Amino acid sequence: MKRREMIQLGASGLGLSGLGLSLAGIPLSVLAQDRKGGVLNVLVQPEPPGLMLGMVQNGPTQLIAGNIYEGLLRYDDKLNPQPLLASAWTMSKDGLVYTFKLKPGVKWHDGKPFSSADVVFSVDVFLRKTHARLRGNLECLDTVKAIDPLTVEFKLKYPFGPFLGLFETGTMPMVPKHVYEGTDFATNPANATPLGTGPFKFKEWVKGSYIQLVANEAYHTPGQPLLESLYFHVIPDAASRAAAFESGKVDVVPGGAVEFFDVVRLSKLPGVTLTTKGWEFFSPHSWLWLNNRKAPMNNVKFRQAVMFAIDREAMAKIAWQGFAKPATGPFNSHIKYYSDDVAKYPRNLEKAKQLLAESGYKGEPLKLLPLPYGESWQRQAEIVRQNLTQAGIKIELTGTDVAGWNQRLNEWDYDIAFTYVYQYGDPALGVARNYTSSNIAKGSPFNNVEGYSNSRVDALFAAGARATDPESRAKAYLEVQKLLLEEVPVAWLHEINFPTLYRSKVKNPISSGIGLNDSLSRASLT
Amino acid sequence: MKRLQYMLTRIVQGLLALMLIATVNFLLIRAAPGDPVSVLAGEAGASDAQFVAQLRKEFGLDQPLSTQLGHYLGHVATLDLGWSYRQQQPVLKLIADRLPATLLLTGSAFALSLLFGVALGAMASRRVGSWLDSAITVVALIFFATPLYWLAMMAVLIFTVQLDWLPGFGFFTVGTSLSGLDRVLDIGKHLILPALTLALFYMAVYARMTRASMLEVAQMDFVKTARAKGVHPGRIQRNHILRNALLPVVTLAGIQAGGMIGGAVLTETVFAWPGIGRLMFDALLQRDYNLLLGCFLVTAAVAVLFNLLTDLVYTLVDPRIEMA
Repeated sequence: MKRREMIQLGASGLGLSGLGLSLAGIPLSVLAQDRKGGVLNVLVQPEPPGLMLGMVQNGPTQLIAGNIYEGLLRYDDKLNPQPLLASAWTMSKDGLVYTFKLKPGVKWHDGKPFSSADVVFSVDVFLRKTHARLRGNLECLDTVKAIDPLTVEFKLKYPFGPFLGLFETGTMPMVPKHVYEGTDFATNPANATPLGTGPFKFKEWVKGSYIQLVANEAYHTPGQPLLESLYFHVIPDAASRAAAFESGKVDVVPGGAVEFFDVVRLSKLPGVTLTTKGWEFFSPHSWLWLNNRKAPMNNVKFRQAVMFAIDREAMAKIAWQGFAKPATGPFNSHIKYYSDDVAKYPRNLEKAKQLLAESGYKGEPLKLLPLPYGESWQRQAEIVRQNLTQAGIKIELTGTDVAGWNQRLNEWDYDIAFTYVYQYGDPALGVARNYTSSNIAKGSPFNNVEGYSNSRVDALFAAGARATDPESRAKAYLEVQKLLLEEVPVAWLHEINFPTLYRSKVKNPISSGIGLNDSLSRASLT
Repeated sequence: MKRLQYMLTRIVQGLLALMLIATVNFLLIRAAPGDPVSVLAGEAGASDAQFVAQLRKEFGLDQPLSTQLGHYLGHVATLDLGWSYRQQQPVLKLIADRLPATLLLTGSAFALSLLFGVALGAMASRRVGSWLDSAITVVALIFFATPLYWLAMMAVLIFTVQLDWLPGFGFFTVGTSLSGLDRVLDIGKHLILPALTLALFYMAVYARMTRASMLEVAQMDFVKTARAKGVHPGRIQRNHILRNALLPVVTLAGIQAGGMIGGAVLTETVFAWPGIGRLMFDALLQRDYNLLLGCFLVTAAVAVLFNLLTDLVYTLVDPRIEMA
């Protein structure tokens, strides 16, 4: 479907889905069968530090606050933009001006109208101050102006290919100007009672127990939300979370909330559905940071040896229980401009040993830092240690907690370390930051932590980001993928297919490439 | 007068100990790798030097350590435990919110374990070598040796998942608007599994300690004298043996009571019980300095208080013990 056609369909609220006719994104078959109302119980882990999405963007906050706040756009599972608070949008031929038409009649939860002034305040004032990830991506933005109450114009300093990928709720949530303007954002009391335009309103937060949201009766999309109320339950222990789902206390287990070995067991229970959909936008990608600043990781042959030594297939099967597939390189296959036309590194111990010998590695012990996110990650670390030991690399596992892991990566205090990173649908948004020289800076575990620097790679990522035509972008990104696979700055592991478990009575819990973080407005109970 | 002087001395000692504890805790937690900024920045999925510096300034972490310590102790002296930057609430309020759930859980477990532990120990000591004694000893040994986490998980799997008899998660039924007796009963139902799980370990300890202590006292001359005088065996058991055997039990009860505020981390975690133990554990993982220090300080204050109370109870159980 061409974009213009899609925009028009989105604006009218009618579209064709894979299941047939739909109204406002909900298949008619679902509307016909399912009753409106009902309560949905969802697990959240860990308890979020806050629900003001403009201030906090961690996973649990996005899961809950994605029901309260909204962005201008959402994205389908092919990552095509769809209307949300914007009903239509255009891009100038030179790729420098984007104009958004806002949906009329949208109101904040306190009844005040949502307008272009809120968009300008959110983007230019609030989020520039509070949203580190967006701030980096907005370097291309020159001005954002309210043309009229329902029209906003973004003018760029230079073309930025993935600009239309910046408008989902977690990346660019709209915040109410009338609540925050002129206040200290961090201490504004409204942070405790978040207020958005979304399908659900904040009702109650009993710390340590649950968060309750209730349907927004004045929601701007007719017929939504279908549910009356949402409860997000805080259960700190992974085994207890699995038991809570098994006992019927909760209906939805978001990806990663229970250990992968429990997912398999729980998915076999009667009346339970499992899906790996809804992670297309985030495209979680795991790898081993190899500290390029230190020997022997500063030797490309050593890094290639690591790639050949690791048994990704076995890891996917044993540690991930099949919910991951080996990554072929730096790009996740769900994001734009992915190519598998690159050098391959199947497990080959002989080759690994040969490369190790050529690299001059003398058998000095190296510290491997696992990701402290539970048993599944610990098992992966054990497998990697075994794999590397078989190739002749001496490995010592060093345990730490999340704070310690962050600290060590922030300070580059590691030899080899596990990580996984979201790629946000486009290489310019979620890949370049891990390989470009300008992103070598202490203080973040998600930038170019390995310290790899290659001017050609920098130039190719810059070219890919600044081009707006898909062909030029594809060309730059194909070359950069080939180059990175030769240089192996990190050892890529897997594309993670986080499984979401839910009771089969829950219909349509995931309706976009953003998954559960995109609100449960279309979900219903049979 | 002597008692009052003793009490005042102990209170001053307790306050000094608390300030020392606050200082040591402050320094220890900062020695751990990572800080709240690195955790928050990491969770944001992206961060830059500007973001990190901004958070550090907000949290006061850009100040020298000595300045931070002075600032902290000054606030503690005025009973201000500070602000949790992660939870965006005063620490005292966060602790006070969680206190009822923790006290209910640990208090119930304390009462259950003390009551049944002492009773079982007394029963076992009365019939040494009998099947009852063996049964109590073996069961006590099993509960003493079983990891609390495993016991809790088994309780959930059996009574919540398989049999569906009792709720295994939370403090009350979410989504209901119960009040009065219905609400009390609902909380009571949620309390059974965590309180029992927590009580079993201490029950085993009390049973074993009471049994051993009573057997020792039973061999003493004054008991033989009482028997020779023809005192009723039940009375000897209660008034002569049990009362004299209670001192070590009181010591242990004092320690258990002192740890009631923060000693139920595992139970609270498995049963999703919204108490202070979990608050403390989460604060540790998230390096929520003020909250963690606040929890430590409250826990320490309760321990100091119960130490004092234990000393007072000694004098009631055994009037021969004098305050000095």
